[in-house]
Amino acid sequence: MCLGIPGKVIEITGEGMARTGKVDFDGMVKDVNLAFVPDIEVGDFAIVHVGFAITQLDERAALETLAHLQAIEAVATELDPDAALAAEEAIARGDE
Amino acid sequence: MKYLEEFRDAGVARRLLDDIAAITTKHHVLMEVCGGQTHSIIRNGIDRLLPDHIEMVHGPGCPVCVTPLETIDKALEIASRDGVIFCSFGDMLRVPGSGRDLFSVKSAGGDVRIVYSPLDAVKIARDNPDREVVFFGIGFETTAPANAMAVYQAKREGLENFSMLVSHVLVPPAMRAILDSPANRVEAFLAAGHVCSVMGYEQYFPIAQQYGTPIVVTGFEPLDLLHGIKMAVAQLEEGRAEVENAYERAVTREGNIPAQQMVQDVFTTVDRNWRGVGMIPMSGWALAGAYRDLDAAERFTVTDIATVESPLCHAGEVLQGTMKPDECPAFGKECTPRAPLGATMVSAEGACAAYYLYGRYEELETAR
Repeated sequence: MCLGIPGKVIEITGEGMARTGKVDFDGMVKDVNLAFVPDIEVGDFAIVHVGFAITQLDERAALETLAHLQAIEAVATELDPDAALAAEEAIARGDE
Repeated sequence: MKYLEEFRDAGVARRLLDDIAAITTKHHVLMEVCGGQTHSIIRNGIDRLLPDHIEMVHGPGCPVCVTPLETIDKALEIASRDGVIFCSFGDMLRVPGSGRDLFSVKSAGGDVRIVYSPLDAVKIARDNPDREVVFFGIGFETTAPANAMAVYQAKREGLENFSMLVSHVLVPPAMRAILDSPANRVEAFLAAGHVCSVMGYEQYFPIAQQYGTPIVVTGFEPLDLLHGIKMAVAQLEEGRAEVENAYERAVTREGNIPAQQMVQDVFTTVDRNWRGVGMIPMSGWALAGAYRDLDAAERFTVTDIATVESPLCHAGEVLQGTMKPDECPAFGKECTPRAPLGATMVSAEGACAAYYLYGRYEELETAR
């Protein structure tokens, strides 16, 4: 039941406890409550559990973990150019 | 799906397995706490691919499995009443109470509905002002913020026909109970990733220190699990007992503060009886004073519950990691997912269901 699925936030409406978004899970789009991730923005990934985003997925950490597991610096580009681009953009934006 | 597929790469998994084998010099017993991790381990055969010295035992992290039988019976009683719409997560419907389950209440005419989110139950209450809408609020820390939000919204809107039957459970007290047990064999824990997404992992530091037990926050995909196992084995081999994070993309040290604040507002910590395990002090959340009027257990007086567990069922030992599902005499015979004796054979997180679904019963039969 603690299943959490990563999805991409594609739209945000409402504020505070009613902050809601549309989240895209590889083509399946669902309404998700975003009250617990007040800083998430369109384009970011969230981990969604029973209709709530419980955390923002740290895309740079994801790539670092993958790179660490594969012990190859350039692995991200080989594996997934989109993810690598997203990470580069995140770094360019100065995200933590 | 992005951020899932990348963590299922077979080639990297093989390398991680080699790494684990290379650092393992003696027998170690590791427990994955979460039932979702149990299913991933058995589905992917990770327990079989690990070196013989590494033994995975399965933990109590299956919310529907540990929800007390009295609470299930109470839910069945409330769901049977006229005028009640009883809403639940789907995996609760086939969990056996004393002689029946929510599905049988539904087929007998009860209005039992499966919802995806607790907010769906709030909406049903809004849309049906002349009916009592009860949500079965169970789960670990992962689910608590969502359930708390449903209570918070219902209270704010003054939805007097909404209530929740709450039976929340907490991971850290359960870890302590396992380590305190004289039968304990667990040397290191894989902590449940999404519980830590909400709560962070600072509350595990005192446990690691007090018991000398390594705790590694771990995700759910095969590479996440192997990464967590490798870090735990490395600690055991080096004589360390620390809290480490192998699921950095989803877990920070402090966790999700807004979610924790919602939980603290709506719930209060209480002693909780765990099905098959027994009472664990301060191991659950119940509705706090300000929300007591939304407590279904108080709104619906339910008396005369006589709970009856199957004498053949060993779910309690399975949940505490002292018995493997395929060691149970009833496994696959008297007890199957179609006719379960205990909740561990039902849920998408129950260890017995994982063993049965992924072919371990057939293997047992072949071996016989």
